[in-house]
Amino acid sequence: MNMKHFFRRKSSCQVAKDRLKILLISDRVNCSPEMMELIKADITKVISKYMRIDTDHMEIEIQAKGNNKGGRNKTPSLIANIPILDLQKNAKMP
Amino acid sequence: MEQNVSTEKKSSEVIVVTSGKGGVGKTTTSANVGTGLAKAGCKVCLIDTDIGLRNLDVVMGLENRIVYNLVDVVEGNCRIKQALIRDKRHPGLYLMPSAQTRDKSAVTPGQMVKVIDHLREQFDYIILDCPAGIEQGFQNAIAGADRALVVTTPEVSAIRDADRIIGLLEANGFKQMDLVINRLRMDMVRRGDMMSADDVVDILAIPLIGIIPDDENVVIATNQGEPLVGNDTPAGKAYYNVVERLRGREIPFLDFEKGMSFWTKVTGIFRKV
Repeated sequence: MNMKHFFRRKSSCQVAKDRLKILLISDRVNCSPEMMELIKADITKVISKYMRIDTDHMEIEIQAKGNNKGGRNKTPSLIANIPILDLQKNAKMP
Repeated sequence: MEQNVSTEKKSSEVIVVTSGKGGVGKTTTSANVGTGLAKAGCKVCLIDTDIGLRNLDVVMGLENRIVYNLVDVVEGNCRIKQALIRDKRHPGLYLMPSAQTRDKSAVTPGQMVKVIDHLREQFDYIILDCPAGIEQGFQNAIAGADRALVVTTPEVSAIRDADRIIGLLEANGFKQMDLVINRLRMDMVRRGDMMSADDVVDILAIPLIGIIPDDENVVIATNQGEPLVGNDTPAGKAYYNVVERLRGREIPFLDFEKGMSFWTKVTGIFRKV
């Protein structure tokens, strides 16, 4: 037996699975990274009308929801994590 | 447009064999499933919908008996019955070949539905061999089908295309889609160098109907023009199980794990981490 096999971190099967999972999510949603940036900018603009948010640390991503259970009905969903700096209504972005 | 025709006569079932990617085994699967159903006593009509690149006739060993084809039927050059080639080796098995000198635009989805509706009256099963791709040939093939067999291999490219095809089938109102995983190599799965059937099912999330091992007998059978379904070969048995499951029987999946040595089990544990 090849010693290299024992120390190999990831099998090629695992690599394939990981790549496919990410690939298929973007395939199914049909959404490019450029479009994600545009969505992010627009969300920032809208939320900023009402509160001050931390745009540097906000995250937006598309996730396949509930992928523990089988069935293709796991609709992808847009998850936004937006840290709030100040809840005051009329706080404006600098 | 696809499922409104099935109400008049539910006894016959129209199955499209599709994959998206080329070369994963659609034609081999169509030939074996069709032949297997005929061996089980059903009346079966195989239709090659790959206009311009027909292959099902050679895989079936019926290439010398073609007179008329699907395009002739659609254009009214002959009656449907004249285009059907009877396979003398298996009673109840017929093939409608595709045209070799035309292109996909020679037939429309509406015309396909008409031909299939006519065939429904005479056959228990109609198997449609779909061309690769997602263009008009694909649209023609799925137009008249009740259910689909999605063929894939445990490779990234084939799985990605299969996922796309499943999405398109869903968008076209398909309710019943089953997965055939072709060319699985258990030795590579054990080494962790190939996705297992479970991995593929997990990703594509449609019911599994068959696992076909990578078997050199498939090449030999294709050389001879005689599908190997039902023979005493790994792929022959696996295809026969697909046929039985299509007919509604509960058949356990073949155990390819047999002969797994102690050493591969031990190293397998390490690789899973």
